[in-house]
Amino acid sequence: MPNMPEPVVSRRGVLAGGAATAVVAASPANAARVGERPAADPAPVKVSFKVNGERRDLALDARTTLLDALREHLHLTGTKKGCDHGQCGACTVLVDGVRINSCLSLAVMHEGDDVTTVEGLGTPEKLHPLQAAFVKHDGYQCGYCTPGQICSAVGVLDEIKRGVPSHVQGDIAASPAFSNIEVRERMSGNICRCGAYSNIAEAIADVAGGKA
Amino acid sequence: MKAFTYERAHDPVAAARAVAARPGARFIAGGTNLLDLMKIEVETPVHLVDVQDLKLDRIEPTDAGGLRIGALVTNTDLAADARVRRDYGVLTRAIVAGASGQLRNKATTAGNLLQRTRCAYFYDTNMPCNKRKPGSGCAAIGGVSRQLAVIGSSDKCIATHPSDMAVAMRVLDATVETVNAAGETRAIPIADFHRLPGDTPHIETALAPGELITAVTLPKPIGGRHVYEKVRDRASYAFALVSVAAVIQPDGTGRVALGGVAHKPWRDAAAEAELPRGARAVTAKLLAGAKPTHDNAFKLPLAERTLAAAMAEVRTTA
Ligand SMILES: Cc1cc2nc3c(=O)[nH]c(=O)nc-3n(C[C@H](O)[C@H](O)[C@H](O)COP(=O)(O)OP(=O)(O)OC[C@H]3O[C@@H](n4cnc5c(N)ncnc54)[C@H](O)[C@@H]3O)c2cc1C
Ligand code: SF4
Ligand code: FES
Ligand code: FES
Repeated sequence: MPNMPEPVVSRRGVLAGGAATAVVAASPANAARVGERPAADPAPVKVSFKVNGERRDLALDARTTLLDALREHLHLTGTKKGCDHGQCGACTVLVDGVRINSCLSLAVMHEGDDVTTVEGLGTPEKLHPLQAAFVKHDGYQCGYCTPGQICSAVGVLDEIKRGVPSHVQGDIAASPAFSNIEVRERMSGNICRCGAYSNIAEAIADVAGGKA
Repeated sequence: MKAFTYERAHDPVAAARAVAARPGARFIAGGTNLLDLMKIEVETPVHLVDVQDLKLDRIEPTDAGGLRIGALVTNTDLAADARVRRDYGVLTRAIVAGASGQLRNKATTAGNLLQRTRCAYFYDTNMPCNKRKPGSGCAAIGGVSRQLAVIGSSDKCIATHPSDMAVAMRVLDATVETVNAAGETRAIPIADFHRLPGDTPHIETALAPGELITAVTLPKPIGGRHVYEKVRDRASYAFALVSVAAVIQPDGTGRVALGGVAHKPWRDAAAEAELPRGARAVTAKLLAGAKPTHDNAFKLPLAERTLAAAMAEVRTTA
């Protein structure tokens, strides 16, 4: 990926780090004194937040990311892990309605938050308008990036509505208006390895047009 | 990732005390840089102090007619603020040129200033790097250095500071406000905030261990046309090869700072006095004494052309 330090980052190191975050320590007996390096299986930390409207209480290794909490602990595997480093957007979820990369956020930092994943947007019987539009416009090939794309698109439409500016705006003081180029810029944090970008943009335009 | 203990602080001095009291403790704000580096064990804090409850998330007018931006204001909220867009457009422009929408929603004002270099060898714990491991050497010197510094570097480190926001803060003469564990406050001019690598590239800022950033203030608006021109390998979601933050007045005078060329935003009063004479005159002074590598010598003409493009944009949209 251009400008990212990818070439010399060892893939093995990245994977090892990812696996470590999935470990949940069972024994509170090896609780560390604050400020001392805790044992390899430290005491779990309690955290409660809402996921898709339902309150979830967890006890996690503090290293667990929000992404791993969702996938490995709550078994909500709609949200995907692509890079685990903020570089692909596959892990995008909405926290209090705002899109973030769940791989770069600790689960324990989300006490009291309201998390929405792709599973919480619609149901198979009643799809969210963006889910339906992605189907209608073929906004994917393999589908791996799709949950992140859809959650990100929900965030993008709200950000445009709230007047959050973007890099491609001519007059930065003006309210942004929906356009293909705006969507492409605002969705740039979601990489699609299959290159379904033009259909993704059309799916989002369909929903934005319907709203306008 | 190495194991750590975690706490959530509820007031700034208590947060500073919690970090100052423990070697190896760190603040965590958005987490988008710190966690990234913890995953690959470039950062190995033993204790994290979460600052999200410190109520430092407001933007308020100052008595001097400027703005005080809380340390925890997100990059999205700062870029979207109506006063910033009207009076400090270069700051909004710089922020929205950086990272992605998702990252900007989490990234904070303080965290952005303190993000660490993107030098690939800094990320690779198998390689020597004086910044990551003082005294181990610098793999970038003689290595792949296309992204790295052309000026202000040393024979110990040629890294750049990757922030876009900081370049705009520099051109706006921002001030970084801090508090320490004893409750003492400081105001550090942005020009003195980031350091050059010298012999100690691991010491990157003027902050003392445990010193908490509480806000960044902007002086009263200076008018002029605000531009941020960023050149990168793809159109979005990539770090700058070279960037230019400029505020140009109707008479052709103004201010300019460069990103992507040094260990800190690069600005010089004598160079910007050349603005009425054109981009070449400015960059000749601003980049005098540059020591590019074979890989990144292209940044010198690129800086001149990027500034020329920024100045042309000001003329055509005036
Ligand atoms: C894929 C990717 C692409 C990116 N592209 C760009 C780009 O193009 N341009 C750009 O400018 N940035 C870019 N970024 C970087 C991004 O802007 C930073 O990660 C972000 O600004 C860091 O803010 P944070 O609040 O998440 O910091 P954190 O990760 O929480 O903290 C960073 C550092 O600041 C310290 N800290 C935090 N708050 C305080 C405080 N109040 N007082 C003292 N110390 C504090 C922490 O201890 C830590 O050392 C990119 C990041 C990623 C992952
Ligand atoms: S340039 Fe600086 S950060 Fe990069 S390897 Fe050398 S010492 Fe490390
Ligand atoms: S998995 Fe989070 S951005 Fe790639
Ligand atoms: S559909 Fe395959 S990665 Fe996007």
